[in-house]
Amino acid sequence: MSDLATTRPAPNPLANPWIRAGLILAAAVAAILLGAQLDSSGTLYAVFIDPFQQMIQAPDLLVQTIWEGLVSGVLYALIALGFVLIFKASGVFNFAQGIMVVFAALTLVGLYEKGVPAFLAVIITLGVMFALAVTIERVVLRPLVNQPDIILFMATFGITYFLIGFGESLFGGNPKQMIAEQLFLPKGAIDLPILGGLVSLQKIDIAAAVIASLMIALLALFFQYTRIGRALRAVADSHKAALSVGISLNQIWVIVWFTAGIVALITGIMWGARSDVSFALEIVALKALPVLILGGFTSIPGAIVGGLIIGIGEKLGEFYWGPLVGGGIESWLAYFIALGFLLFRPQGLFGDKIIERI
Amino acid sequence: MSTATLEKPTTATASDTILSLNNIEVIYDHVVLVLKGVSLTVPRAGIVAILGANGAGKTTTLKAISNLLKAERGEVTKGSIVFDGERVDRLSPNELVRRGCIQVMEGRHCFGHLSIEENLLTGAFTRRDGNAAIKRDLEKIYTLFPRLKQRRSSQAGYTSGGEQQMCAIGRAMMSKPKMILLDEPSMGLAPQIVEEIFEIVRRLNAEEGVSFLVAEQNTNMALRYATYGYIMETGRVVMDGEAKMLRENEDVKEFYLGVAEGNKKSFREVKSYKRRKRWLS
Repeated sequence: MSDLATTRPAPNPLANPWIRAGLILAAAVAAILLGAQLDSSGTLYAVFIDPFQQMIQAPDLLVQTIWEGLVSGVLYALIALGFVLIFKASGVFNFAQGIMVVFAALTLVGLYEKGVPAFLAVIITLGVMFALAVTIERVVLRPLVNQPDIILFMATFGITYFLIGFGESLFGGNPKQMIAEQLFLPKGAIDLPILGGLVSLQKIDIAAAVIASLMIALLALFFQYTRIGRALRAVADSHKAALSVGISLNQIWVIVWFTAGIVALITGIMWGARSDVSFALEIVALKALPVLILGGFTSIPGAIVGGLIIGIGEKLGEFYWGPLVGGGIESWLAYFIALGFLLFRPQGLFGDKIIERI
Repeated sequence: MSTATLEKPTTATASDTILSLNNIEVIYDHVVLVLKGVSLTVPRAGIVAILGANGAGKTTTLKAISNLLKAERGEVTKGSIVFDGERVDRLSPNELVRRGCIQVMEGRHCFGHLSIEENLLTGAFTRRDGNAAIKRDLEKIYTLFPRLKQRRSSQAGYTSGGEQQMCAIGRAMMSKPKMILLDEPSMGLAPQIVEEIFEIVRRLNAEEGVSFLVAEQNTNMALRYATYGYIMETGRVVMDGEAKMLRENEDVKEFYLGVAEGNKKSFREVKSYKRRKRWLS
């Protein structure tokens, strides 16, 4: 190994994306200094100096903004996690992940409205998600096995629209209130005196962050140390080899879609408790796309870190830079960040390095 | 079991036969006819070789048995496959591995991102006899392949070709198979490593009683270790016999072993079409 490394010619420093990014950063810093020199009321000042001054002057506001970004980031990470699970195990980019979140939340609330006790409703909803996983595997994945990826991708569009119609006919199209209280999710806020100001943390946000972190940790342990988890990683690595050692792909697919369904339910509960449960939630799932580009489609740590970067980045952007362009940055900033990543590191921060032997 | 006691498989009784293919036909994609009636048998605890050039149908035959064909849109349309006294041509690979028939695919196909040890453990996926038994078998694999023990925690994708082949065979052994379908174990390996791999095959056969059906292009090596051989050409078995007999057969010598009789002949002088006619009739 080592002799191979030494005989290799020295790489062109500009070819390294990190060095390139560093150079660009240096140029940006130079521009900032230049801008500060030039004037203290122009555009450069407003973009590069003023926001940072604001951050330093009111650190409590900065903490508040970062906290809010962190919470939505954790929830983005959960949705992205659902995508990554399915993408790794079945090579399908599951467009339906967003609607699965809505469908799970709607089923839960709908059951409660029909008079089912809250925790029983959770269990029944899990059962429904399992049935959904089995149905998708039987009706969609199995007949389409070995078809090109794009066909499976289109099939998940079909699942999306089926679930929208099915959900609407069962539960109606009106927004519903998540049954947060009945599930013993805390309400209200804690005010913390931080850095000379008050930072108010919604208790539901704290609960969301804690539960999401627990969920991610559990999934990581499951993947690393259990027989099924190992089989899931094997399938992600090579379908054919997995088949040859007797791993049943059908079984693995059901497990993976069910896991994604559980993740969807938890995301739905958390997100629903912060706003309400409606089909508009589906849009949130599209936020998972830049998260995936940032973190890499095949990496679970990538989904988590990507979610946090996007969540915090867009809140900071909205709060400090938004006023410059009249607000509304939040809806597109994530895609902008993702674009930057596509230019410099297309496999994402943690995307699989492809191991190839010649 | 000593190899001398093995009879010619075609005359063996049913219980001595672990696998028999009866006139199977395989069609890919509903149009491409690849196997045109292949029959062969493997005796219990025997090593049988399928020989032939590229595209002869060796891999397809193995995949028809393990039913990995379905994943490539192939289908057994005629004939029957009996493994261990049971028709298996409609079973999934998963069910076959449970019954003790596992394939080691051509080109190794280890899980590149998993460690060697995790690779071996995936082989035990279908087992239900508890972690203790699996641990014991893992140790057994490590004594058989000391190289794998050294590299147990390195990612399989970064190990050498020989180590990957050992890993693939070890992984198959972890399923406690009665029979291993070994596809082209010599592919891309140095002659010394090939020898090592075949020695391991012989050892597994003798010590664990595992039957092997080996598809090989390296005719010379395969016939040294197998007891019986089938030669395939364009989807048919054109010749079969005891390994010793095949090794001494003039045609096999000329076409597959590259040894010409008597004085040296140039390749051009060999009128293969005449010989081919002699074979096929």
